Amino acid sequence: MYPSDYRYTKEHEWVHVEGHTGTVGITSYAQHELGDVVFVELPKVGTKLEAGASFGTVESVKAVSDIYAPVSGEVTEVNSSLKDAPEILNTDPHGQAWLIKVKLANPAEVSKLMDAAAYEAYVAEKEKDHSA
Amino acid sequence: MGAKMVDFGGWDMPVEYSGIVGEHLATRTAAGLFDVSHMGEIEVRGPRALDLVQRVTSNNAAKLADGQAQYSGLLTSAGTFVDDLLVHRIAPLHYLLCVNASNQDKDFEYIRDHNNFGAHAELENAGARYSQIAIQGPKALGILARLTPAPIAALKYYHFAFGEVDGVHCLIARTGYTGEDGFELYFSPEFSERIWNGLLQAGHADGLIPCGLGARNTLRLEAGMCLYGHEIDDTTTVWEANLSWICKIDKGDFLGRDALIAQKQTGIERILAGFEMQDRLIARDGYVVSIARGPSSIAPAAGRVTSGSPAPFLKKNIGMAYVPVQASTAGTKIQIGIRSTQAPAVIVPLPFYKRAK
Repeated sequence: MYPSDYRYTKEHEWVHVEGHTGTVGITSYAQHELGDVVFVELPKVGTKLEAGASFGTVESVKAVSDIYAPVSGEVTEVNSSLKDAPEILNTDPHGQAWLIKVKLANPAEVSKLMDAAAYEAYVAEKEKDHSA
Repeated sequence: MGAKMVDFGGWDMPVEYSGIVGEHLATRTAAGLFDVSHMGEIEVRGPRALDLVQRVTSNNAAKLADGQAQYSGLLTSAGTFVDDLLVHRIAPLHYLLCVNASNQDKDFEYIRDHNNFGAHAELENAGARYSQIAIQGPKALGILARLTPAPIAALKYYHFAFGEVDGVHCLIARTGYTGEDGFELYFSPEFSERIWNGLLQAGHADGLIPCGLGARNTLRLEAGMCLYGHEIDDTTTVWEANLSWICKIDKGDFLGRDALIAQKQTGIERILAGFEMQDRLIARDGYVVSIARGPSSIAPAAGRVTSGSPAPFLKKNIGMAYVPVQASTAGTKIQIGIRSTQAPAVIVPLPFYKRAK
């Protein structure tokens, strides 16, 4: 379920690194918790991001959620299809519904993030808490 | 992610089953099934029943016939809301009040405290004896008709009858909180699963799906209906809430009447209004409202969004808020503070959505 070549945060963002560029999104767990996504607010190209800081919001019918940068760097691309079709975040959160691409300021940050196995275990714990 | 949940007035039931948008659209185009057993019921009986109901509620219950219901307010002596409710007249000496879940005990005690006529009316806090399920939508009548011999097609809006649904004795009311045609069923709790499953099965081919509180909220908001704790509470008067149609000053004395007459004379300063967002941003409960400066130079005044959300059927972002009376006419431009932006919106007439006749 969670791509093995991605890295994950405790806040349920993922980053996929290719060279010096990281593609960032939210995980399937996150979209499921949110419910139907109706609006996404993303930064402009050129914005400087700091790992751990909020860089935008994802809104569902019932809630507003901050999204936090998994890595530091500069925004080089923003997914424009989310403007008219925010709901693809619910159907393809790991693929078509990527949020931004970032030129990494500090590639070493990525190794601090969870790998797919660790994230799956993390989510499994959370799901146990939910059904309690 | 830092997800923040919106408060739903103290309810702690499923917010959604398959997704709020799908449930909302199903209710508008086919039918939705709602477990609303958390709602409260209070029975008023005896020779003084009508006197008590008339004293504590704002609408004129003397106009009800057997089998008829009305929307009403339980008011404080200041003319503000203890709760909103439905008053059903079962018989001249028997009324059933349906109140909000979170206010059940408060409402009962309030009514009991004013039950001090020479001969008391009999009051019963009957919430534990009733479960309630609502089926709403254009297909609701056809689906329910499969499970009951009662002549529900002939039931007028805001009327009710007793009958059997899937063999279970029910009060079947043509009422609802969605703006669609539909029915609310009241019955004894041990039959809840039977009625729930029976309706789901009977309505499956028509597209009936279970709907949670998320869709219940977006549906009632589109229909311009109030939610206690949001549009109405003990700080909002009937006039301010734009609910004068449930307030019958001429019916005789009732709790809050004097205060409301006085306020009518001095005039109200603020009133509940509906608005539509003008770009993609979403106004939410509690966000600050200010009035855009215009040629008539109304000073920007602050109010707050009482309910704000995307409207899945209208495909707009809508909300309600208390605004200064001078700024309440349709077309007035307002601004909603959304994080670091002042988002433009415009006052629109209520309701946002009205079903086709």
